Amino acid sequence: MNFDLTDEQQMLQAAAREFLAARLKSERIRDLAASDDALDEGLWREMSELNWPGLMVSEKYGGQELGTVELAVLMEQLGYALTPGPILSSMLAAIALETAATDEQKERWLAPLATGEQRGTLALWDAGAGWAPDDITLDPERAGDGYVLSGEKLFVLDAATADFFIVGATGDRRFIVERDAAGVTVTPTPTIDATRKQYAVRLDGVKVGEDVAFGGEGAMAPARARAYIALSAELTGIAQRALEWAVDYAKERKQFGRPIGSYQAVSHRCAQMLLETESARSASYYAAWAADNEPETAPLAASMAKAYASDAGTRVTNASLQVHGGIGFTWEHDLHLWLKRALSDAVMFGDSRWHRERVAQMVIDGRGVAAEPAAALAAAK
Amino acid sequence: MDLTLSPSEEAFRDEVRGWLAENHPGEPPEDDNEAFEFSRRWQRKLHEARWAGLSWPEEYGGRGATLIEQAIFYEEMTRAKAPRVANVLGLVMGGPVVITHGTEAQKQRYLEPILSGEEIWCQGFSEPDAGSDLASLKTRAVKRDGGWAVSGQKVWTTLAHEAKWCMLVARTDPDAPKHQGLTYFLMDMEQDGVEVKPLVQITGEAEFNEIFMDEVYIPDENVVGEVGGGWAVAITTLMNERAGLAFAAQTALQRGMQSAIELARTTPHNGGLVADDPVVRDRLAQLFIESEIFRVTNYRGLTKIMKSGVPGPEGSLGKWQWAEVNQHLMELALEIEGPYSQFADGSEHSLGGDWQYQYLRTRANSIEGGTTDILRNIVAERVLGLPKLR
Repeated sequence: MNFDLTDEQQMLQAAAREFLAARLKSERIRDLAASDDALDEGLWREMSELNWPGLMVSEKYGGQELGTVELAVLMEQLGYALTPGPILSSMLAAIALETAATDEQKERWLAPLATGEQRGTLALWDAGAGWAPDDITLDPERAGDGYVLSGEKLFVLDAATADFFIVGATGDRRFIVERDAAGVTVTPTPTIDATRKQYAVRLDGVKVGEDVAFGGEGAMAPARARAYIALSAELTGIAQRALEWAVDYAKERKQFGRPIGSYQAVSHRCAQMLLETESARSASYYAAWAADNEPETAPLAASMAKAYASDAGTRVTNASLQVHGGIGFTWEHDLHLWLKRALSDAVMFGDSRWHRERVAQMVIDGRGVAAEPAAALAAAK
Repeated sequence: MDLTLSPSEEAFRDEVRGWLAENHPGEPPEDDNEAFEFSRRWQRKLHEARWAGLSWPEEYGGRGATLIEQAIFYEEMTRAKAPRVANVLGLVMGGPVVITHGTEAQKQRYLEPILSGEEIWCQGFSEPDAGSDLASLKTRAVKRDGGWAVSGQKVWTTLAHEAKWCMLVARTDPDAPKHQGLTYFLMDMEQDGVEVKPLVQITGEAEFNEIFMDEVYIPDENVVGEVGGGWAVAITTLMNERAGLAFAAQTALQRGMQSAIELARTTPHNGGLVADDPVVRDRLAQLFIESEIFRVTNYRGLTKIMKSGVPGPEGSLGKWQWAEVNQHLMELALEIEGPYSQFADGSEHSLGGDWQYQYLRTRANSIEGGTTDILRNIVAERVLGLPKLR
């Protein structure tokens, strides 16, 4: 029993922290936020050399074949640094392929993602339909040996800089569609978090073959769980950064002749932020561990993490804003950039309430999980 | 990261589980005095199998168990619904303090009767005017020939009416700065000048007492640590309290959680069950998540202590987090019962369980063993490094 990162995981953590801190100064993040696609080609190249897009991809397809704990380690640092542009999107596409694609598909599509030679992204949610993670209504039409896809996908991350999309369809099926395929239109949809661009992807009778279809009922669940965990870890990193800013400011800023951090109204708020940040961290890493080691509790652990971290990420960034007072409300201070990423992460792949209902289904109704989930931690078994 | 048990931890768990299955003493009797003697016999049995001083070094009759093994032991005890032992404070605080700060003679004298439950211990720290600000305590110890004469009042003293020994902190130097004029004594409760009065709490029981001391004699050999060095010894006591009780608290919370879910699943409401109400589902799920996080954070803390010897930031958060979740859980349980929550536990129309008692008892969770308000100060000052107000 050991709830600590291994030496290798700690090295990944330290390397990522240092790498991102050196490259992502405030000005750079703001420039990318103001750009059309938030893509920094140089940064992408370097991240690809580090094989980050291939973090969880099998070695035979050029990845590092690391686990979900490493995914959480990296995502926490990406959130801490507020890394702009396409890294999460391409990693999630890779995870989807790794989870359910055929060997031929992996050879063709996953290998270039792993090396960073190409980028992919998920196109799951349909305009006008529900936004739950498994709420996909696009129904492909059978046409000869292949399919015809029509519909409009929203919340597609980094679509303009992706080479292909993993398009979601009913029955938990997925279709790989290239961005420049006939009938595909990509339109930017400005969102609250300008550091990570989103797009609407229209599919007007896009013809695809059987060779790009994968998935099927329940097939994508493990990939979804890893998306919940990735976002939970990113939210943890965001909360950590917002907490550090608040504490630094509370030590420096003086009113009535003393640092505001000496007032309990402020210091207790900071203590609460620490509690929520550490709790989000516990939940995220526990879920990451369970995803790779305890498949029967992984769905519960992943929803617990996303439910908690979604609330913690938004609450902690808001509390930090309050500690900063007026300056926290200005465009000039960087805090709002992190706060906006937290808002976006919190509602992506199910908000806290949706995940709590899922937890309720598992622990109250006993659906899809061991009867005594409290036994999840090994000591209790 | 590896949250599975090592082979030796698994073997340890199996040993505990097997022993408990064979030696479980059954339900305690109703009568308070009989129940106490029952818990004393239970402790003796545990001691004979060397479970009582689990965390103590082997040379003092313990097992030298790791923190993980302690966690496993308490989880198994709770899982088996094993009764509490008689001498909780002696085992969790008294023994460790004597082991850390006591003389060899004190170790020889006190440790064995703590383990066997023959001598019960209580803790005389808080006073009517010294609660959170413990170091401001006023109980005076005045030097006499070969010992000290102690006068003053202590309060919130669990088990004082059963105790042979009291871990007493008193002021030996009224002129020294408040943290430096204190001395840690072991006071014999069975002597003239010591008066114990039960303190009835909002649940109707009297877990706690007041102790009134009038010129009570304590010999020099009953000083633990240095004269004037009582604060450091008191801190050791409190740290052991927090660490030792966390394991048991965590498993009890998990059990309460399962019972509350069961309550929602069996209580009719609006033509269905309370468990169908989306608001109740949302809140139950949130509490379930928070109680699981408390558990995971505890394990993170254990790993940190085992590796570095000192608790990490997450260690300071546990007690505060536990109090909050436990209180909210009991509040929700009463809401699930609705007007049935008014019926006395065990009375004719009650829905079963002891929710009313639990609700009332958990009101103390954010006060006992360090108030939540003080814990927030500790986190702010010692973990986050924010400036002190004082």
